[in-house]
Amino acid sequence: MIRFNRVSKQYAGLVHALSEVTVEIKDGEFVFLIGPSGAGKTTFLRLLIRDLLPTEGSIHVDSWQVETLPPPKVHLLRRKIGTVFQDFKILSDRTVFENVALGLEILGKKPQEIESRVSDVLELVGLSTKKNSFPRELSAGEMQRTGIARAMVGGPSILLADEPTGNLDPDTSAEILDILQEVNKIGTTIVMATHNANIVNEFKKRTIALHEGKMVSDEAKGKYHVTKKRKSAKG
Amino acid sequence: MLSTWTHIRRSPYQSLAAVLTMFLTFLLGGMFFLATVTSVLVLQFFESKPQITVFFADRATQGDADSLKKTLEATGKVVSTKYVTKEDALAIYREQNKNDPLLLEMVTADILPASLEVSAIDPKYLSELEPAIRQANGVEEVVFQKDVVETLLAWTNAIRIVGATLAALLAIDSLLIIMTVISMKIALKKEEIEILNLVGASPWYIRMPFVLEGGLYGAAGAFLSWIIITGLVLWARPVFLSFLGMIPSVSLVLGSLGSAAFLLSVAGFLAVMLLIGFLLGSVGSLVALGRFLKL
Repeated sequence: MIRFNRVSKQYAGLVHALSEVTVEIKDGEFVFLIGPSGAGKTTFLRLLIRDLLPTEGSIHVDSWQVETLPPPKVHLLRRKIGTVFQDFKILSDRTVFENVALGLEILGKKPQEIESRVSDVLELVGLSTKKNSFPRELSAGEMQRTGIARAMVGGPSILLADEPTGNLDPDTSAEILDILQEVNKIGTTIVMATHNANIVNEFKKRTIALHEGKMVSDEAKGKYHVTKKRKSAKG
Repeated sequence: MLSTWTHIRRSPYQSLAAVLTMFLTFLLGGMFFLATVTSVLVLQFFESKPQITVFFADRATQGDADSLKKTLEATGKVVSTKYVTKEDALAIYREQNKNDPLLLEMVTADILPASLEVSAIDPKYLSELEPAIRQANGVEEVVFQKDVVETLLAWTNAIRIVGATLAALLAIDSLLIIMTVISMKIALKKEEIEILNLVGASPWYIRMPFVLEGGLYGAAGAFLSWIIITGLVLWARPVFLSFLGMIPSVSLVLGSLGSAAFLLSVAGFLAVMLLIGFLLGSVGSLVALGRFLKL
């Protein structure tokens, strides 16, 4: 369970990146976090993994109060939360297998267990045949699937995806969404930040909309409402 | 460990610079350490000797020695006296130089002086005894161990001060080099560190490869310098034995290369060098991590 209680985040000298956001996400939910660039989506996700600290309010992940967590324990929180990044954050000098295995090596798992679990996860994301490939030999979609595999190999209860389809074509984006739905089906909570209206409208999941740091809507089967700013940008 | 080895392999020149600096530090530090230990052993050896050695001229008779002995004992300030004849002196010389037949061939009892070894109840009486000794018949030379010991002490202290200063300066230099190399490695690994941090690696999981890397540079430098120092000691062993062979601990260690004393000393020296090298390198890494890796 994730709970934001009147959470605000203000960067030094700037306007509020997030302003008094109160929201609760239950275990096993699939939630889209939508809004234009600068709406506060990434700030929302970074606050969840304590990559940032809120200026005001409190954040809970299960029984953990995130903002008061002592620094030496932050890694324990991050082990509960898998994160998928728009720019993949894949190590270029390691193979697909090694990149995914990283998620288990940090937990001190034994080589046999790592071999077995990484193989299972690569099977799930459809990368079994690419396990020995280096990132330079992969397409963008394959790199993102590697990122998803790494995020979920440790068995996190929550998976955050920050614009995971931002660099992908529509077909590959749909494949990534299918994988995330599969991960969701096994009980993992998914919070996916996106500004891809097609995906949000097609998959009809709970949708939380942010605009200029404020939560403007929270719909059970939401749609991507194009903002005035976007309309005007399109002319 | 694998991660540490990858760090080293990917920037070999920086790694080589770190190892060579450590090598120089330990080469100099190790040599000064051995020089200090040797000088202390020499000092202890002379301190354990009689306080005054009175050498007699060739013309002196046994009676002259007996007379001086009685005079000194009569003062009540002497704890013991021992007369060493020319033949005794030759026996001592032979024992000290038993490994060098050439030196033995050239010396006979005739050219060695007889002597009287004197120990006072208290060193303060030595100056009071000196006039009686110098005025005695047949006395050619009086050697006060105090003078020898003081000279040796001055040398020992000089070796210690110069050695400790140079070793400390080199240790600081090594620390700075390790810190610089590790800082560069941290900068090169910025992306990997960020990813590890985000996926939930513990701070020590991220730091440990860098700490081990610094430690390995130190240990490698220490090991190389141990090879060179041990090689030098083995090469100069005959010289050490001929000059310092009369010191029991020196002859015990260097007397036989297969002896337990020699093997234990060499292994112990290696263990201490490796330990200090590893600690020095690790500390350098930890300082760099503290400054440049905020987790």
